[in-house]
Amino acid sequence: MNEQAAVVSLKSVTKDFARGGVRALQEIDLEVRPREFVSLIGPSGCGKSTLLRIIGDLVQPTSGDVAVNGKQAHQARLDRDYGIVFQDAVLYDWRTVAKNIALPLEMLDWNRARRSDRVGEMVELVELAGFENHYPWQLSGGMQQRVSIARALSFDPSLLLMDEPFGALDEMTRERMNMELLRIWEESGSTIVFVTHSIAEAVFLSTRVVVLSPRPGRITGIVDIDLPQPRNTDTREQERFFELVTQVRELLRTGDRSGEELPA
Amino acid sequence: MSTTVVQPVPRSFGRMMGRSARDWAPAVAIFVLGIALWEGLVRGLDVQRFLLPAPSEILSTFWDDRDTLVSAGLFTFKEAVGGFLIGSAFAVIVALVLARWRPLGNALMPYAIAANAVPIIAFAPITNNWFGILSPTSKMAIAAVIVFFPVMVNTLRGLTSVRPESVELMRSYAARERDIFRRVRIPNSLPYLFTGLKVATVLAMIGAIVGDYFGGSQDALGIQIRRSAGIFAFDEAWAAIFVASVLGIAFYGAVALAERVVLSWDPSLRGGRE
Amino acid sequence: MLRRGLVFAAVLAGLWALWEAYRAFGVAVRLTWPFEVNERTMPHIHDMIGQLFEPSRRNGPLLIEVLGKAALFTAKEAAVGFALGAGVGFLIAVALVHSTLLQRGLLPYIVASQTIPILAIAPMVVVWLGGRGLPGWFSVSVIAAYLTFFPVAINALRGLQSADPRAHELMSSYAASRWTVLWKLRVPASLPYLFAAFKIAATACVVGAIIGELPASIQDGLGGAILNFNQYYASSPESLWATNIIAALLGISFFLLIVLTEKLVVRRAPEHFV
Repeated sequence: MNEQAAVVSLKSVTKDFARGGVRALQEIDLEVRPREFVSLIGPSGCGKSTLLRIIGDLVQPTSGDVAVNGKQAHQARLDRDYGIVFQDAVLYDWRTVAKNIALPLEMLDWNRARRSDRVGEMVELVELAGFENHYPWQLSGGMQQRVSIARALSFDPSLLLMDEPFGALDEMTRERMNMELLRIWEESGSTIVFVTHSIAEAVFLSTRVVVLSPRPGRITGIVDIDLPQPRNTDTREQERFFELVTQVRELLRTGDRSGEELPA
Repeated sequence: MSTTVVQPVPRSFGRMMGRSARDWAPAVAIFVLGIALWEGLVRGLDVQRFLLPAPSEILSTFWDDRDTLVSAGLFTFKEAVGGFLIGSAFAVIVALVLARWRPLGNALMPYAIAANAVPIIAFAPITNNWFGILSPTSKMAIAAVIVFFPVMVNTLRGLTSVRPESVELMRSYAARERDIFRRVRIPNSLPYLFTGLKVATVLAMIGAIVGDYFGGSQDALGIQIRRSAGIFAFDEAWAAIFVASVLGIAFYGAVALAERVVLSWDPSLRGGRE
Repeated sequence: MLRRGLVFAAVLAGLWALWEAYRAFGVAVRLTWPFEVNERTMPHIHDMIGQLFEPSRRNGPLLIEVLGKAALFTAKEAAVGFALGAGVGFLIAVALVHSTLLQRGLLPYIVASQTIPILAIAPMVVVWLGGRGLPGWFSVSVIAAYLTFFPVAINALRGLQSADPRAHELMSSYAASRWTVLWKLRVPASLPYLFAAFKIAATACVVGAIIGELPASIQDGLGGAILNFNQYYASSPESLWATNIIAALLGISFFLLIVLTEKLVVRRAPEHFV
């Protein structure tokens, strides 16, 4: 595998939180290839959100190398190589949907016409046409998250970092949003690193699932998801789906019990 | 009389006060009843009229003296508005500085809150000595200081109570501190700022009027009240108080109106989704 | 702990330095704007403090003794006023929380009552209560109580309503009486709000007490002391400043007392600034 081609490259990444002497992550080695959909899954406190933020240069690793698009994570952030979506939509109350989506574009000094065009495209992409002039409080949770995704993709980053974006939604909305996300992933051709609690969601969405152990977080194992693309509602009912879910679940349990690494 | 940090008005307050005409009906009813009762009691029970004159008498005294009272009212109003503007401007600037250099802000915040507990108005004789007892500047200075702390503390609160994810989002856009201020902190602080400003209008009026109790110009409302009360002409005193109240309400209302315009996006002001 | 102490010392030293620096600058440059700087308008801080240990008048007791007594006198007025105002405010809130009708009817007036400059009514309150044989200091307490009752009433109301609706449902499932719900759910939920109000009220009643003493012509308190030393400002500006320092300390102590009580009574998650 050509290293230069990796979108995200983590080598021996370790993170200690100095305040409590707590080791959040231990020796994480991971590569994410272009157009992959990689999920990070693990029990609460295993450091998956921290790992995501390390990729995004929002948190500094204690040791190890982080490269994004072949550059240092810091440079990648300054070059705005990724978009990020949080569990909360984190929309600004004082901006309409359109202006929220346009925020990164304003930061990039795009002119008004160009911004307006792109916002229009994104609104179509996330299927929120007609809501451009609404304020966040007027939208449901699922709709707010769609705005958040639109905003993250508005400047066409090659990498999308998502931290349990659908965690606050109910199951049915969640499954629908999963389909939406896959469609968006295909249309935009981006690479996605996705943090989740839900085994089913991880297996359904991903090309690979990375299982982390409880603190200190280590990679217990990586499962290749060989389900056919594009995924659809039937996928969840296939036998292979259940086999993969079981595989992930076993890895989680193993990580729980002994904290030892198993071959991927 | 002074306040520490006050949260922006929550939605429930709007609900408490009532939104529709039907909600306001009981309040109006009680107002009418109250005035009528006041009038009735004073006449009927022959309450010491000189202490608590009937509303009708107060209004007629006001009408008779309206020229003096209105001009005194405006004189004091100018002191209040001047103090309000100066104090608020300083407060916002200081809050911006303290929010920008956080360690300084964190260190000084408790002192600002404690300083708010000082009876500032007791310093009126000092400003009288500084600016001259007859000068409106002395009362303006007191009003400015009284206004400074609540507005500063509220604004600082608004600038700093931003969710961590909001800041992380901006950092993911490689934003500089300047951008984060402009696009996140300042808009976020506006509801808090206006809460502080509304409180400040009341404080400034009271500061201007009560400052006069330590001495002031004959043209000022506070002196009028003190003089009238001193010669037991209570209807005149009440008429002056009436003027002060009207001006106070108008001042508060003006700021509240400005708030509605600036914060048109805020659902809690519109009694939005409950 | 040590760091807090250092910050405290640094802040005091910083303010001291600012004062002396401005004074030195102003005297050297003969500054007249915004006000003239000389030994009368800006005495040295060490002179102000030193004055406390001088006799207050020829062959009289030390200034600090006189001011100490005055401060205690005013503190008594303020404390009584606080207790009264807080009590009445709380009772009103309890009444209002049980009746939406009363709420809609009375709340606007409670809010509007704050626009009346109560300190302006002080002379009338004094005459009225004096006519009923009550001591002058009590009318000052009444004024302090008025200033206290509003923040307490409003915040108590919000606090009593702040409990999670699900907690109320739980109470209903126990068929709890209104009294039980009040004492076991609403009141504990309202404590943070109450303390926010108490902090405001602590300052308000000290201010109210000092100002209230003026129209009541009370000599024994700090208000009287301020007026008194104001008259001797030309000969001894340090005395007035010293009085103001004591008044400031009184306000801060009341405030700190509430803060301490809150720490003991309410255990809340620390506030989070980003």
